Amino acid sequence: MLTWLSLLFLALFALAAFLLGRGRALKAAGGASVRLHSLPNYYGAYAALWAGAPAALLLLLGAVFGGRIEEAVLQAERPAAIASLTPDRQDVFFSDARAIAAKESPSEVVYEGALKTALDAKVAESAKITATVRYSTIALAALVALIGALLALPRVGLEFRARNRVEGWINGLLIACSVAAVLTTLGIVLSLVWESWRFFQSVNPLAFLFGTEWSPQIAMRADQVASSGAFGAVPLFAGTFLIMLIAMLVAAPVGLYSAIYLSEYADRRVRSVVKPLLEVLAGVPTVVYGFFAALTVGPLFRAFFNAIGEGMAGGPLDGIAQYLMQVQNQMALVAGVVMGIMLIPFVSSLSDDIINAVPQSLRDGSYAMGATKSETVKKVILPAALPGIMAAMLLAVSRAVGETMIVTMAAGLQAKLTANPLDTVTTVTVQIVTLLTGDQEFDSPKTLSAFGLGLTLFVVTLALNIIALRIVQKYREQYD
Amino acid sequence: MTVTNPNALALVQGHAMPTQNRDASVAAPVIHTAVPQGHGTVETREFKIRARDVNVFYGEKQALFDVALDIPAKSVTAFIGPSGCGKSTFLRCINRMNDTIPSARVQGSIEIDGADVNAKSVDPVVLRSRVGMVFQKPNPFPKTIFENVAYGPKIHGLATRKDELESIVESSLKKAGLWNEVADRLHQPGTGLSGGQQQRLVIARAIAVSPEVILMDEPCSALDPIATAKIEELIDELRSQFCIVIVTHSMAQAARVSQKTAFFHLGKLVESGPTEEMFTNPRDSRTQDYITGRFG
Amino acid sequence: MTDAAINAGAAPREQGPRPQLSAAEARLKKRYRSEMWFKAQGIAAIVVAMIFLVVLVGRIVAQGYTTFETHSISVPVYLNPDRIDRTALDGVNYDYIVAEAVMKKLNIQDDDLGTTSGKVMDLVSRDLGFQLLDKIKADPSVIGKTIEVTGPVKADADLYFKGEIKRSTAEEDRKLDNQQLAWLDQLEKDGTVKGGFNVGFFTKSDSTEPEQAGVLGAVVGSALMLVITALIAVPVGVLAAVYLEEFAPKNRWTDVIEVNINNLAAVPSIVYGLLGLALFINWLHVPRSSPLVGGLVLALMALPTVIIATRSALKAVPPSIREAALGVGASRAQTVFHHVLPLAMPGVMTGAILSLAHALGETAPLLMIGMVSFVPGVPEGFTGASTVLPVQVFIWENASERAFHERTAAAILVLLVFMIVMNAAAVILRRRFERRW
Repeated sequence: MLTWLSLLFLALFALAAFLLGRGRALKAAGGASVRLHSLPNYYGAYAALWAGAPAALLLLLGAVFGGRIEEAVLQAERPAAIASLTPDRQDVFFSDARAIAAKESPSEVVYEGALKTALDAKVAESAKITATVRYSTIALAALVALIGALLALPRVGLEFRARNRVEGWINGLLIACSVAAVLTTLGIVLSLVWESWRFFQSVNPLAFLFGTEWSPQIAMRADQVASSGAFGAVPLFAGTFLIMLIAMLVAAPVGLYSAIYLSEYADRRVRSVVKPLLEVLAGVPTVVYGFFAALTVGPLFRAFFNAIGEGMAGGPLDGIAQYLMQVQNQMALVAGVVMGIMLIPFVSSLSDDIINAVPQSLRDGSYAMGATKSETVKKVILPAALPGIMAAMLLAVSRAVGETMIVTMAAGLQAKLTANPLDTVTTVTVQIVTLLTGDQEFDSPKTLSAFGLGLTLFVVTLALNIIALRIVQKYREQYD
Repeated sequence: MTVTNPNALALVQGHAMPTQNRDASVAAPVIHTAVPQGHGTVETREFKIRARDVNVFYGEKQALFDVALDIPAKSVTAFIGPSGCGKSTFLRCINRMNDTIPSARVQGSIEIDGADVNAKSVDPVVLRSRVGMVFQKPNPFPKTIFENVAYGPKIHGLATRKDELESIVESSLKKAGLWNEVADRLHQPGTGLSGGQQQRLVIARAIAVSPEVILMDEPCSALDPIATAKIEELIDELRSQFCIVIVTHSMAQAARVSQKTAFFHLGKLVESGPTEEMFTNPRDSRTQDYITGRFG
Repeated sequence: MTDAAINAGAAPREQGPRPQLSAAEARLKKRYRSEMWFKAQGIAAIVVAMIFLVVLVGRIVAQGYTTFETHSISVPVYLNPDRIDRTALDGVNYDYIVAEAVMKKLNIQDDDLGTTSGKVMDLVSRDLGFQLLDKIKADPSVIGKTIEVTGPVKADADLYFKGEIKRSTAEEDRKLDNQQLAWLDQLEKDGTVKGGFNVGFFTKSDSTEPEQAGVLGAVVGSALMLVITALIAVPVGVLAAVYLEEFAPKNRWTDVIEVNINNLAAVPSIVYGLLGLALFINWLHVPRSSPLVGGLVLALMALPTVIIATRSALKAVPPSIREAALGVGASRAQTVFHHVLPLAMPGVMTGAILSLAHALGETAPLLMIGMVSFVPGVPEGFTGASTVLPVQVFIWENASERAFHERTAAAILVLLVFMIVMNAAAVILRRRFERRW
């Protein structure tokens, strides 16, 4: 609340600076603004930027990092009563102190005796610290704003190149925005690597990457070592791979053939109807596909296979029949097929772009030879488009590997190393979700393993994307 | 230049000489152009292609108006005219390449050896195995040199065994004058050749299916003078076996290469006749103006 | 080669041996057969995709449309002062008071063990009890009077009226026994229970009781979150694209940034969730499960797509516009902001709307930042706990009550309606304002 108010005041201050700056410029020009180097508004903007921008930045930093600073100061001093608690309990203590001071609901821990006194003391201290930090931030921001205005306004004059200065600010803003994209990547890499590093302190990375048993247990007591759990991720990789394979078996032919038909055979009317419908399919959120898989496709397939099993029971293939009769809703086949459906429009639209990029002169050359359309497509266009199509398939694979909702809702939680599509398997993404939703103690190897999985996922999808990009770039030269 | 050819003399005097079509039942059609058709070149030849009342529309816009033309066999006929005059459009009618353009409509009759190419019973796929085409920008497939030339024979089933295919490829490349340059690298990509070589490769590809007619749409405009000269040499060699129709924007090339020339302007066939005559003594003033460079 | 006629079907000429003619014909027929087969495969692929779409949407509509009708019960309730302790209003068993009123309507008495009233309470939502409490708190003078309350029947009763719970199932396998079904029939017959449009679905938030559950909280949460996403992703993305496309020198650094952005666009969404968890929640202590942190995470996710879409919109503006502006003496910045960007606006807006529509449907990253918890009300502001529509769907899908199935499907329909509206807006914008240069 305070932050909003101070921002409002700052905005008004900047507006005042704007008007002052502009007024000053016009005065210097004696009312004839033509004599100025830049338009009058630029002078105003210059003053407003110096008055407002650094202070606003300061306020923003205060809002973002203020909490951390307050926590650090509060936790600096730990009297004996607090220090005797375990580190986890200490964290809870301090967050409770801050919560009570902020009039929010603390945890359900009841404090008594020495701890209660300490808590009250810390609550009072927290309120003081918060007030100090907030007001000093605001004061500092006000000071900076004032200094900025005082520095900027005198500079306004006839020859002053206000427009260039203002455009310099704009340039800086633009660069900052562009850097945001790089910072995002950096953030992803850093956070994943950092948390995974902590994970790999407890679990050997080789055991993680090559181990075949996945049963992430946390220690029952805080002092137990987590070696009681197994963090071998190979069954997860296998599950991910199996479902991805099934998905590609559905999506690749349907997507590719529909793209071929739409770009080579279909007339404009068909295209204008089918393409938007495919885009609708592409726009459906994955959680909807997950629902569809769990409540429609799962029971359907199960009933189907159960029925086949019942039909075969007692006969020569009784073993298989028995198996079929007890397959569950969550077979890999269900998740794979629905994921394939989701990927169809993706593959189709990428392939469509690639096929359209093949130059018309090649088609003309083939038709002029007396080839039929299918011969032209099969022998000239597809071979020419092959690198692009391979890249498209790799991108689809990358999408399949990173997909979460469909598998979370339709696949299971059993980490099984199997190639049987009727089995229940789990994937990397499902495990990440399971590990991080539910009760969490953030530092346990169990929850940190989610970051290890996340890092692996990121690396794999990044590799696939880079390879796809390289393929497209390398073979683009062949047309020119 | 005085006319020494008696046929040509008859032409000047306005008599139409009997044509020597194989199929004598085809009557001499009513000719809509102002100038009577020529017989072809000095030697009497049969007409391979006869076009009558050809009108072509792209959507609402009409691109060709009542074109009538006879094209002799085993010789080179050139279409000349300024940009946009319809010569490429007419060329593409002959092998029905305009079918690939959705908005194009073709009316009239174009007969090859007496059979209308636009008849319902005519299959364009078969037609195009008998009428080959070479385009302005060389368009070899992104395949090996061998596979480029072998493509046609393969899909038309002209070679069933590997050695048959190899001999067709070799003879086509030889006829196109490219064999010596590529014999040792048949399995390298066709796109790795120079522009002139690529165009000769494309010609070899067209020859490989043994067509009767070869259509060329400005085949040299993307090539340098040396490559152009080679192609023109090749055309001259090929005319003893094929009926060649070449669209060109270079009058000099038409004069060098062709025996008959047709001048198109704004979608109409203005005049056609033996090349020598067209360039030295054209009848129509528009032809005269174009040739002398008044417009173009 | 003059042997075979040009036209395969015309009267063959005299020349040429017959066998060769039919071989060529046969070959041609084979080629055309494979052409037909190839074309058929293409059509089959499209038909398959369309069938999937129809089945998907059809199933969801079929499962969800029943939600929009619900049954409610209206009873006059005697607020027995003996049962209501004025000093401890919250502790009173209002459900029993309501059950008494219903039993009166059914002309039955409660038995000593209270099983009858228990069975009656299974038919009526607790919402009626809560309404009584609110009314008494507002005006204590109603104690001792008889007031009319209307509220939903319990989920299982509603399912019976919709035909999901059938008499034909064995009694042990059903949630309601025969006597309860008989009571329901009677109540419906005398008009105590009526069917009507399920307004509550749109005005209430999540609840553990299916009949009281609605999507309001999730819709508001989604709206708040999208506001934050839009406020961050669109300006930053557009400005970044403007810089990269118009101002940046073409050197190695800009190449790196471009590769970077293309890769970010293809990173799985769950990784963004992990980033949000590690960075925003654990390091910066942004409140868990709030629209603020959700908006931040999705803004990072939408950023690359906004940048890419804006860049292609800027690329589509012909260089002649830029040259004309520069020729009049405008600076680079003025050229871009006065001329190029306005002309590229339709494309930019289309890209932005599509990115936001995509963000609306995202679930996985939001699970990571804690939105999977149960949030009973409407979120209070940007920092209060909230949920969003797709996560609500996910939560309800896991619920075991059957009544939640239809609600999940209905929530999906609401979500799809929003997405269709946004996508349609983007398409209309594109059609009306896009210029073809």
